[in-house]
Amino acid sequence: MATLQRRLWDHGSVRFGVAVLAFMVLVALLSPWLGTVDPAAMDANHINKAAGLAGEFALPDGQVVGHTFWLGTDNFGRDIYSRVLYGSRVSLVVGIATAVLALGLGGLCGMLAGYFRSVDMLLMRFMDGLMAIPAVLLAIALVAAMGANVATVVIAIAIPEVPRVTRLVRSLVLTLREEPYVEAARALATPTAVILWRHILPNAMAPLLVQGTFVAASAVLTEAILSFLGLGLPPDVPTWGNIMAEGRVQFSQQPGNVLFPALFLVPTVLAINLLGDGLRDVLDPKFAKRVG
Amino acid sequence: MRRGFLKTVVVGWVLAMLGATAGAQNTLPANKVFRFVPHANLAVLDPIWTTAYVTRNHAYMIYDTLFSEDAKGNIQPQMVQSFTTAKDGKTWTFKLRAGLEFHDGKPVTSEDVAASLKRWASRDAMGGILFGFIEKIDTPDANTFRFIMKEPCAIVLDALGKASSNVPFIMPARIAATPGTEQIKEHIGSGPFIFKADEFKPGSVAVYLRNPKYVSRKEAPSGLAGGRPVNFERVEWVIIRDPQTQFNALQAGEVDMVEQPSFEQYESLKKTAGVKVDDFSPAGYQFVMRFNHLHAPFNNVKVRQAAMLAVGQQAFINTQVGIPDLVRPCKSIYPCGSLLADESTSYFTGVANAAKARELLKEAGYDGTPIVMMRPTDLAAITKLPLVAKQQLEAAGFKVDLQQMDWASLVARRAKKEPPTQGGWNMFFTTWTAQDIGSPLTSAMLNAKGATGWFGWQDEPRIEDLKAKFARAHEGPEQKKIASAIQSLVFETAAFAPLGQYRNPTALRSNVNGMLQTAGVPVMWGLSKN
Amino acid sequence: MAAFLLRRLLAVLPVLWVVSVVVFLILRLAPGDPAAVIAGNNATSEDIAQIRSQLGLDRNLISQYGIWLGKVVQGDLGYSYYLGKPVLELITQRMEPSLSLALGTALLAVCVAVPLGTLAAWRMGGWLDRALSAFSVAGFSVPVFVIAYGLIYVFAIQLQWLPVQGYKPLFGAQAGSVWDWSRQLILPWLTLGTIYIALIARMTRASVSEALSEDYIRTARAKGIAERAVLLRHALANAAVPIVTVIGIGVALLIGGVVVTETVYAIPGLGSLTVDAVLNRDFPVIQGLVLFSPSAMCSSICWWM
Repeated sequence: MATLQRRLWDHGSVRFGVAVLAFMVLVALLSPWLGTVDPAAMDANHINKAAGLAGEFALPDGQVVGHTFWLGTDNFGRDIYSRVLYGSRVSLVVGIATAVLALGLGGLCGMLAGYFRSVDMLLMRFMDGLMAIPAVLLAIALVAAMGANVATVVIAIAIPEVPRVTRLVRSLVLTLREEPYVEAARALATPTAVILWRHILPNAMAPLLVQGTFVAASAVLTEAILSFLGLGLPPDVPTWGNIMAEGRVQFSQQPGNVLFPALFLVPTVLAINLLGDGLRDVLDPKFAKRVG
Repeated sequence: MRRGFLKTVVVGWVLAMLGATAGAQNTLPANKVFRFVPHANLAVLDPIWTTAYVTRNHAYMIYDTLFSEDAKGNIQPQMVQSFTTAKDGKTWTFKLRAGLEFHDGKPVTSEDVAASLKRWASRDAMGGILFGFIEKIDTPDANTFRFIMKEPCAIVLDALGKASSNVPFIMPARIAATPGTEQIKEHIGSGPFIFKADEFKPGSVAVYLRNPKYVSRKEAPSGLAGGRPVNFERVEWVIIRDPQTQFNALQAGEVDMVEQPSFEQYESLKKTAGVKVDDFSPAGYQFVMRFNHLHAPFNNVKVRQAAMLAVGQQAFINTQVGIPDLVRPCKSIYPCGSLLADESTSYFTGVANAAKARELLKEAGYDGTPIVMMRPTDLAAITKLPLVAKQQLEAAGFKVDLQQMDWASLVARRAKKEPPTQGGWNMFFTTWTAQDIGSPLTSAMLNAKGATGWFGWQDEPRIEDLKAKFARAHEGPEQKKIASAIQSLVFETAAFAPLGQYRNPTALRSNVNGMLQTAGVPVMWGLSKN
Repeated sequence: MAAFLLRRLLAVLPVLWVVSVVVFLILRLAPGDPAAVIAGNNATSEDIAQIRSQLGLDRNLISQYGIWLGKVVQGDLGYSYYLGKPVLELITQRMEPSLSLALGTALLAVCVAVPLGTLAAWRMGGWLDRALSAFSVAGFSVPVFVIAYGLIYVFAIQLQWLPVQGYKPLFGAQAGSVWDWSRQLILPWLTLGTIYIALIARMTRASVSEALSEDYIRTARAKGIAERAVLLRHALANAAVPIVTVIGIGVALLIGGVVVTETVYAIPGLGSLTVDAVLNRDFPVIQGLVLFSPSAMCSSICWWM
């Protein structure tokens, strides 16, 4: 184990990824104390102000506080700096939750499909069907039916990812079940659940984890696209994606609205991707290369 | 092997680019082609079937009307040459101008007029009111038609010259025979432009050609009335959904006019080279907050009045529009600057008074039932209003349950009469053009017929009575008095709250001249490019 | 061969049928009413009810589905509620822009990414390898619309080399030259291509580097075969299968990017038709699209492979 950790830490991508993510998590946790105000508070007197301005900000409950708008204000009169910092919370949660959900569901389906021939046919056809439904339709239907909140958005982004994860795990399991130790376990009449849990799953973990990082990265980006289409989280829940999507209307006039959240979003997604790359290179290079 | 294939593809492409100039592209001079970006996708082409503004604007291109509103708000004859009213006011005789022809070459006859008006009246509220007065329409000859009225009616010209949806456009009788509840399949009118149906790509582009046979009136154009001089051979309506792309396309000269640039771009537009800002609709628009009168807590008039006291117009228009010279608070339910605007609005000041609202809420016995407020996430024009309202209402002691949904879900939910907790609603927001709410007979919000009325279902027979009186009153002081009385009732019953007035200027290339100030309709006649 | 293809095609049909049922149910049960959208702001609840009845939405679910399915089997996809035009016509009108965008992007990506990835794998650890890794990860990390706006700002507004938006058809009555057609598509191809190139280059590098470490490569080199031939004929050929698989899967991946690209560049493709139809609850169009959608076709292809 010690050598694994050392190998991980030696890898440049892993170091970079972990460092950036740690920074973002810190920012997310400490946002209330980093000179921010309520990210949803709108003050109609401070619409589209430039970065660096200081002024009196009227909060919704009536109090007026002196505040510096480090990154300016948006077209609602909200402080961009506060929104970007608080946005890290939701963006990170969306990324991680989507990855966990997609991996969980996809992993389960993939293992079942790979191990049980009878289930395979049905499950894979079902996954094909799932891929045929336009993701946009699914997103709108979910958001319309369950309201636009973090849980809905996570589900809406995770579901289209499940077929791919299933495919990955299935092909892994198909190979793994031919391994000698699995054959041996079967010969010993070990219960299937135990085989899956103790033999198959640990060997599938590494590529699964790697895939998970890519799912997380793409989830953060997809959330931005959903906001672009007007389907994402409501604007009073700031995320990097929806700050950028809202601010794009005045891209030429006030690029800050898009560039400042991008300054946080791009490194984070980059870090997650690089972390995935590094994990893959270290944990299981041969497997990972074979299945992508 | 792969390399060979690639090479072939690339070489082929280069050759095709260098060699080919296939296809008959239009070789019209640049100043004879006009490209316009409408504010919404042109999907429906039937201006009677829908009230959508973009369809109305399309219809103004290819159809003509009997009367039109000029820049001063007066109704002038358009297709009509002359008209007379009998002494008892019960017969109106109209003569059509000579030489009016449809795009298929057939002349415009009184039969076509009668059929078109019938179809229009089957869908339009004001048309319905007009036809309520009409005993019958007869067509003594091809150029003449007559209204035989049951009683004298003051709104005949106002109705026939109605500028905004639904407009009584004149179509061939065979097309107008389509029931008002079905969409027409052909788009043939007698207007200054001809619709090129074969080049129409929904969601992408709509093409119009100049109608060389159009007989324009001799007067100078004024508003929607007068002559309609066309200076372009070809007009293309280019559908661009993304506001940033609209701006970029205008800047690059790929389009000549953007109907409704977003407010955030206003300052930039004024400073961009080659682009200028103008306004075809100085009267503008009004935001409105509507209550659901059927269910708690807004079934209690005092609670509604408390909400009206809690709202402050300045915050709404500043947040949603944000540009000081485009907005103005306006307490009246009629657009400020219009004929019927009225300063007497009893307790409603348009300035937030949270303290007074709280008192009234207590008096009303408000028990904390949350208000289900609907917010459209995908409609940029009004999406910020509910957020401001939430803040202001909560400051006054209301509990607000903000439901965010896309427009399609909102309009579906808006039609439901169930209680808010079972799929209904308490409050929504919308915007109207000045034309739509300028008269009690055209304003949908004054439909107080209860269960069959407009969303919100206010049941106030007194308003309906006053509207009927308005239709019979003489223009001028008599109508104004009735309009004021209606306004007082609106505030007394807290039917809805006006949230402020604003203009939405349009953006043009600097070389485009001659834009007319109309009743909120972007028209392509009168314009020219140099 | 033909029988084999036919069998495969028929095998896809049940999947499509199930999908059509699922989509049908989602549409009817999710909030949102096409009649209300069509009715407009001035309408009353009665107007909406009348339109619902006209559209056949007041019948029970089974008969609604039955009527639709019956027509589909005869090749009639129905009429758009909103646009009043036949669904099939709307879809075919938008095929050309969508295919132009998708195929052009795929071609661009393959032509750029495969050589780059192969070279990077060949000289693993070299500067090309590092640069490629950096670029490809970056391509994955920036939202599509930011790439789009950036490209437009630089190439269309500042340099004015390329148009901002629009699509010029290659076939049909209003067709222009190939130059016009491709000029409009260069920025969209680059926008979508960035993601694709990143994905394919990574995959190529991984596949080829694994192929290069195989024994047969050592044998080929020992036999004295030129390095280029080793790369192309042995390594790449053997690495081709996973690369092609990824290209296929990548098509589905890009659905979100396609919609954004079509919106920003005002290209009238199937992506924006889908979004508009879903936002307007235009049921016949959505149901028709699901049968024809790239994802349906691609998932069939993927399954087949």
